[in-house]
Amino acid sequence: MATNKEIKFSDDALALIEKIIKRYPEGKHKSAILPILHIAQAEFDGWLSPEVMDYVASVLKIQPIEVYEVATFYTMFNLKPVGKCLIEVCHTGPCWLMGAEDVVRYIEKKLGIKNGETTADGMFTLKTVECLASCGTAPMMQIGETYHENLTLEKVDTILEEHRNAGVRRTHWEKEKIKS
Amino acid sequence: MGRQLLLDNLDKPGINTLNGYQETGGYESLRKALQMKPEDIVAEVQKSGLRGRGGAGFPTGMKWSFLAKPPGEPRYLICNADESEPGTFKDRYLMQRKPHILIEGMIISSFALGANTSFIYIRGEMMYVYHILQKAIDEAYAAGYLGKNILGSGFDLDLHVHCGAGAYICGEETALLESLEGKRGNPRIKPPFPAVKGLWGCPTVVNNVETIAAVVPIIRITGEEYAKIGIGKSTGTKLISASGHINKPGVYEIELGVPVEEFIYSEQYCGGIRNGKKLKAVVAGGSSVPVLPAELILKTANGEPRLMTYESLAEGGFATGTMLGSGGFIVMDEDTSVVKNVWNFSRFYHHESCGQCSPCREGTGWMYKILSRLLDGKGETKDIDLLWDIQRKIEGKTICPFGDAAAWPVAAAIRHFRSEFEQYIKNGKSDVKHYYRINNLQEI
Amino acid sequence: MARVTIDGHTIEVPDGTTIVEAARKIGGDIVPPTMCYYSTLKTSGGYCRTCLVKVTKGSDKDPRPMPKLVVGCRQTVMDGMEVQNITSPEVLEAREGVVEFLLLNHPLDCPVCDQAGECDLQDLSYGHGDEGTRTEFRRRTFPMRNIGDKIKLHMNRCIMCYRCVKVAEQLCPERVHGVLNRGWDAEISTYIEKAIDNEWSGNMIDVCPVGALTDKTFRFKSRVWFTKPLDAHRDCDVCCGRVALWVSGDAVLRVTGRKGVYHEIENTEDGKPGWICNTCRFEKKNLSDWVIEGPRHIDRHSVISQNHYEQLKQLKQDLSRQKLIGEKAHNN
Ligand SMILES: Cc1cc2nc3c(=O)[nH]c(=O)nc-3n(C[C@H](O)[C@H](O)[C@H](O)COP(=O)(O)O)c2cc1C
Ligand code: SF4
Ligand code: SF4
Ligand code: FES
Ligand code: FES
Repeated sequence: MATNKEIKFSDDALALIEKIIKRYPEGKHKSAILPILHIAQAEFDGWLSPEVMDYVASVLKIQPIEVYEVATFYTMFNLKPVGKCLIEVCHTGPCWLMGAEDVVRYIEKKLGIKNGETTADGMFTLKTVECLASCGTAPMMQIGETYHENLTLEKVDTILEEHRNAGVRRTHWEKEKIKS
Repeated sequence: MGRQLLLDNLDKPGINTLNGYQETGGYESLRKALQMKPEDIVAEVQKSGLRGRGGAGFPTGMKWSFLAKPPGEPRYLICNADESEPGTFKDRYLMQRKPHILIEGMIISSFALGANTSFIYIRGEMMYVYHILQKAIDEAYAAGYLGKNILGSGFDLDLHVHCGAGAYICGEETALLESLEGKRGNPRIKPPFPAVKGLWGCPTVVNNVETIAAVVPIIRITGEEYAKIGIGKSTGTKLISASGHINKPGVYEIELGVPVEEFIYSEQYCGGIRNGKKLKAVVAGGSSVPVLPAELILKTANGEPRLMTYESLAEGGFATGTMLGSGGFIVMDEDTSVVKNVWNFSRFYHHESCGQCSPCREGTGWMYKILSRLLDGKGETKDIDLLWDIQRKIEGKTICPFGDAAAWPVAAAIRHFRSEFEQYIKNGKSDVKHYYRINNLQEI
Repeated sequence: MARVTIDGHTIEVPDGTTIVEAARKIGGDIVPPTMCYYSTLKTSGGYCRTCLVKVTKGSDKDPRPMPKLVVGCRQTVMDGMEVQNITSPEVLEAREGVVEFLLLNHPLDCPVCDQAGECDLQDLSYGHGDEGTRTEFRRRTFPMRNIGDKIKLHMNRCIMCYRCVKVAEQLCPERVHGVLNRGWDAEISTYIEKAIDNEWSGNMIDVCPVGALTDKTFRFKSRVWFTKPLDAHRDCDVCCGRVALWVSGDAVLRVTGRKGVYHEIENTEDGKPGWICNTCRFEKKNLSDWVIEGPRHIDRHSVISQNHYEQLKQLKQDLSRQKLIGEKAHNN
């Protein structure tokens, strides 16, 4: 768990954050909070603990409550630990017309978890999400930054197998994209 | 297929790179625009009749002319790439395949508005597109299209891409500005409007991705030529995101004015209903607009063919019409339960309400609970009237148009499919067999 | 200056005045009820929607009516503007809807609530609500929280008016509480129970229109109407020291700021709001700490008179008849 480790951004992350903060006018650095929280999730095990949020507040020089307020508003921020591979299945109208429920049910059965839960080995977490702007290639799901579209159950099998074998953590802001 | 002004050359290898884009005439509009006076560009856009492609359809040239210009204060142009309206996926498609058309449009539009710093706000889920845009921006800087003294014109522009983090409401322009300022995405109470006090209190224009991209061909072919495409006040081309039970879902660039029937059934576009089924209903402009039954989407109440234009889709008001909205065209076949569908949408609005104002915060949740109960077979006849009453008490009474967007789908489902609600109440389920399965999949 | 007419009463007010402020100058029944607006807190108002009114004429220059109802607490007047509040069935119906929404998840635990008898929501629902509730769903519940060691937050009762957040933003230099989560689940919180040790934090209690923020040092569970309010002051080097003492016998049960007619903290002589510090509020619980000025006159029903209820009832009856007819027409 992250709590025992020292909470500190890697040098690459710090360099990137500095670059991002410079995009906004003098004194408007709070604007960088969303990108920085994404980077924080990539750096600190895929979720935002209160300690990580306090750390982000100190990096941005704002009050911790300002970070909590923002982090709890946006659904992409995980406030609890998640598996290495967060499976986000779209279940909004158009996807759902095309069988999103099948996808959710199938993954639940295959992994033995319910929506919102994490497998015992900490590998997978299943989460339903709202329309990801990919309705023409429904049903679809997202893992890390990757959209998996026109899903069939066989496709789901292959994708999950690949992730299990790779065993690496996926985050929306992928870790390798922090290095520049 | 009509004229392709945005999706042309999409299959050309390398079109997503600066070189590939330039080989098809990319950045020529920028060169032309930089020879013009900013106010002439605004006039050109006014002449084109271009209307905002984000949903509201407000004339872009007029919006630009409203921008306050207090001396000594920066002005901002923000591109709204939040694209979260269910059923809409055209902006992602365009940005992913042809990022430079957006960059070029942003530079021209910023020049026209006198903005020296501009942002593209993209929803966080599309992080891979964020990186595509960032790469395109880097290329544009290297080529001298961004930065100081662009192509020797004396015009400076810094363009940045900014990512959101999962909130439909951040597509509403003032929520977007709050979010860009690093806050919760709570829509602002208007007035003041962004054109006067927007990002960091400065005059700001917010435009949709497609709107800004359309400026590129408008400069290339002139506003006058652009206005010749389409019908009446619906000028130019429009990207339609087609989804649901059709043979060929995808993004289509249409000349405004194509008959709806042709759009659904012709091979050029959706290719008809899949599995030889019949059409039941269509949500024509993204989840927020009223659903229409087949007979009313194909023909207006007067029996005239319905066309893909702002005016024709709205013909008959909400009693018998709908809206073009964002162009998210969701098709439902005869096996679809409209009640289940509106239940799904009501869950969406309940989930996405920012919670600032009481009618929306409480009303969306209430409607969702009533619809859930109805689908559970525990509904009563009075629930239909209650739903009707709740949506009426939300509509027009909220801080931002989200309240309307949450109310309209419920109202339209009751208006046009009341008997289906009654079936659920009477039988505990619908007579409509609904097949929300992966195509042709029988068992899990 | 701008001349504005509200429910037939005309008044001239400075440019930039809001409809609610103009109505308050006129006074009486035509003042729209307000739950989130607080005149001395910047950017307050706009959230609850109870003050919705109808603008039937925009101004002399542009006489068009406004297409939607507007919030009177944010909309500024224009010269020649005409506004309907209680003379508009549409407004009354909308307000009834708002009250129903505000009560939808409210626990209705008035019998055990400290605020009972001085709760704006209670007044509002009495004056503007429909009888009976139409929801049978379980109400939303949150755990009870402490905001520091002196303030208790009963989030179940909160109507998300944002007033306490504005107090924290505008009075306290280091804000530690705010709004968390989104939509239906949004709540006032500190995320992790952080103490609020700012001198001004207690003013949150005074601005809260309902019983969501309460004073943990309120010593006896006593109904406010059994306590006797007194105006009192002391020499305080932090705040103005002008308070209302709520006493029973010799005991000071609680100390609050002095609330005026719209239940807002009154201004002191210097024209600034009479916010009080936490020492005066929480620590000075002996009569001997205070110089008593005399009994405080509390006029709970100065805004909504009994007569007003009767009028509203009549209007509502007319309205429901209209509604029935309207809906029949709509469904045909
Ligand atoms: C709830 C809500 C969501 C919206 N979402 C989007 C969106 O995702 N993308 C968009 O371009 N406009 C969206 N809009 C419309 C914007 O507020 C704004 O009108 C638009 O970006 C203006 O650009 P345009 O004039 O080019 O259309 C939304 C509006 C509302 C009320
Ligand atoms: S209408 Fe809904 S989304 Fe818009 S401000 Fe009100 S609560 Fe937020
Ligand atoms: S706790 Fe009270 S003051 Fe704060 S938002 Fe809730 S109701 Fe308003
Ligand atoms: S509904 Fe799933 S991507 Fe749009
Ligand atoms: S008092 Fe005006 S909206 Fe709440």
